[in-house]
Amino acid sequence: MKDMNKIDDNKIIGTQPDSRGHFGPYGGIFASETLMAALEELRTAYEHYLQDPAFIAELDDDLRHYVGRPSPLYFAERWSEHLGGARLYLKREDLNHTGAHKINNTVGQALLAKRMGKKRIIAETGAGQHGVATATVAARLGLECVVYMGVEDIQRQAINVYRMKLLGARVVGVTSGSRTLKDALNEAMRDWVTHVDDTFYIIGTVAGPHPYPAMVRDFQAIIGREARAQILEQADRLPDALVACVGGGSNAMGLFYPFLDDTEVAMHGVEGGGEGLETGHHAAPLCKGRVGVLHGNRTYLMENDDGQINATHSISAGLDYPGVGPEHAWLKDSGRASYYAATDDEALHAFHELTRIEGIMPALESSHALAYGAKLAQQMTPDKIIIVNLSGRGDKDIHTVAELEGMTL
Amino acid sequence: MSRISRRFDELKQRQRQALIPFVSAGDPNPEVTVPLLHKMVAAGADILELGVPFSDPMADGPIIQRASERALAQGMSLRRALEMVSEFREQDDETPVVLMGYLNPYEAMGYEAFAKAAGAAGVDGVLTVDLPPEEADEFVEALDGVEIDPIFLIAPTTTPQRVAAICARARGFVYYVSLKGVTGSQMADVDSIATKITEIKTHTSLPVGVGFGIRDGASAARVAAVSDAVVIGSVLVQQLEALEQNPEQIYHKVPTLVAEIRTAMDAN
Ligand SMILES: Cc1ncc(COP(=O)(O)O)c(C=O)c1O
Repeated sequence: MKDMNKIDDNKIIGTQPDSRGHFGPYGGIFASETLMAALEELRTAYEHYLQDPAFIAELDDDLRHYVGRPSPLYFAERWSEHLGGARLYLKREDLNHTGAHKINNTVGQALLAKRMGKKRIIAETGAGQHGVATATVAARLGLECVVYMGVEDIQRQAINVYRMKLLGARVVGVTSGSRTLKDALNEAMRDWVTHVDDTFYIIGTVAGPHPYPAMVRDFQAIIGREARAQILEQADRLPDALVACVGGGSNAMGLFYPFLDDTEVAMHGVEGGGEGLETGHHAAPLCKGRVGVLHGNRTYLMENDDGQINATHSISAGLDYPGVGPEHAWLKDSGRASYYAATDDEALHAFHELTRIEGIMPALESSHALAYGAKLAQQMTPDKIIIVNLSGRGDKDIHTVAELEGMTL
Repeated sequence: MSRISRRFDELKQRQRQALIPFVSAGDPNPEVTVPLLHKMVAAGADILELGVPFSDPMADGPIIQRASERALAQGMSLRRALEMVSEFREQDDETPVVLMGYLNPYEAMGYEAFAKAAGAAGVDGVLTVDLPPEEADEFVEALDGVEIDPIFLIAPTTTPQRVAAICARARGFVYYVSLKGVTGSQMADVDSIATKITEIKTHTSLPVGVGFGIRDGASAARVAAVSDAVVIGSVLVQQLEALEQNPEQIYHKVPTLVAEIRTAMDAN
């Protein structure tokens, strides 16, 4: 298909995935037979409407007037000086409506759902940001909305659960397995298999069976398109490095994608390092996982020798996922992007530092990117430029942070 | 000729439909499984479907999800499930055994290694819920090497072109998922099942089995009247769950249920 992101001469952009959703050996469609027709219907609609000027115009209009795009690219001058290295620019996805990048994707998928005549929307959520972003667009379009959420996460993210309820969504607690994001995804798939005729499943990240990884990337690529134009305007050149946190990988893919052919721009994804990669208690499949098949695609996973999926640990619910989008798996193997982990403690430190030095309270997910970005900046000279994706705001996490510091609110 | 084809040929001569009970390997504990398989055969099972437990059983309803969780909590693994098949084969070299599960444990073992181990254990078919034929080339090739049948699924939503393509790849038998939903849901009406089976039969001479949603003798008999095989899963697994604390009763109650269903099917 024609690529909206094509910039100059085409190297990687537009070449992946293949027609059946493969990014090199990763991705694909590993789904129940019952869903194959629905996935085909979705793929056809997505390929059609991404070429449809009326659809693109409506999407652009919503992104501008409902989401509040473009989001600023902010030069964090005081923080950069404090660190004494490269200049750090923050892509302010935290300023979007509902407080994270997730809404870029839900606005797009909801418009597709409307075009496809679907009456009912379902979603999975970990941190609750994708659930809130889905409940928001469902409210706006008057569609029924059911959000699946692990009971473990319902406790960690009580504010977002209440937000979804206020928006009219039904939040269903998932008690199977590890009771977190991966189990919520399983349960949403079960719902979809059961209500496949009238239901649109809005997946919140660049994972799942084709066309989800490509489609979610394309809806999130607005982040990178804007950032690329903004840095050219503000600094008159491309950045030296991009940094983004990686749960399933949607905010990172959204930032990276439009820069893929700019070979001078390094790309760094940051996974949830939990208590440290050496402890085994983390959520870093790209750093420490093995290749396998889960949730409809082949990718890096955290699993045991028997292929059973391991429980993960991260301070941030949005990174607490044992898999990762297949395009990241491919970018890792091809060497175009590199992947690291930041621990819970490092993320927490970055959370406080940005809050105190810049007056910006980041989501704990984004704090992982900030932690690694700070480290990277200190290895570079002040003439270098790093863009860090500030994927969301931290209000949802203040209970977690307070609790860790022995306070009850 | 494979055990599966041989079994269906025999059944055809006797004008009987296959009864295929499903249990998860290691549920509710690993000691129960092999003796239970033998007792289900004695009670009238023609083919056995053995679930390979997986941590993320996306196509299963709560009953079989919990079976997977119980089995994994008891230390079950793909390797141990294959050991159970070997042990079963020591006393029964006739009854086909089909593994039902998800792709990732096979990926982790490696397709070649898995095929070799499964062939040596005496597995006859492998039904992989999350492996559509489009992604199955390498896996099927590995199974071909050891003459194990890949069993493919067809669903109510499967388009006519796909029905044709799946039938062209299918081996052993075709598994028709009778409803839009997960295992353990309410059964679809028999007319819609019959219509789809008629469509499938225009593309293949393989037997067609029906699973998902069949709960008792009456529903099994109705489905048997329009198909070649009936798979019973969640009702049996429900019994295993109820008798978790009294495993000795499992050997009586579960085969009794199988025998009741057998009787109802044969009264057709
Ligand atoms: C603010 C924020 N950032 C990042 C993520 C991780 O998701 P992804 O890797 O798809 O961007 C989440 C997920 O909930 C989130 O809420």
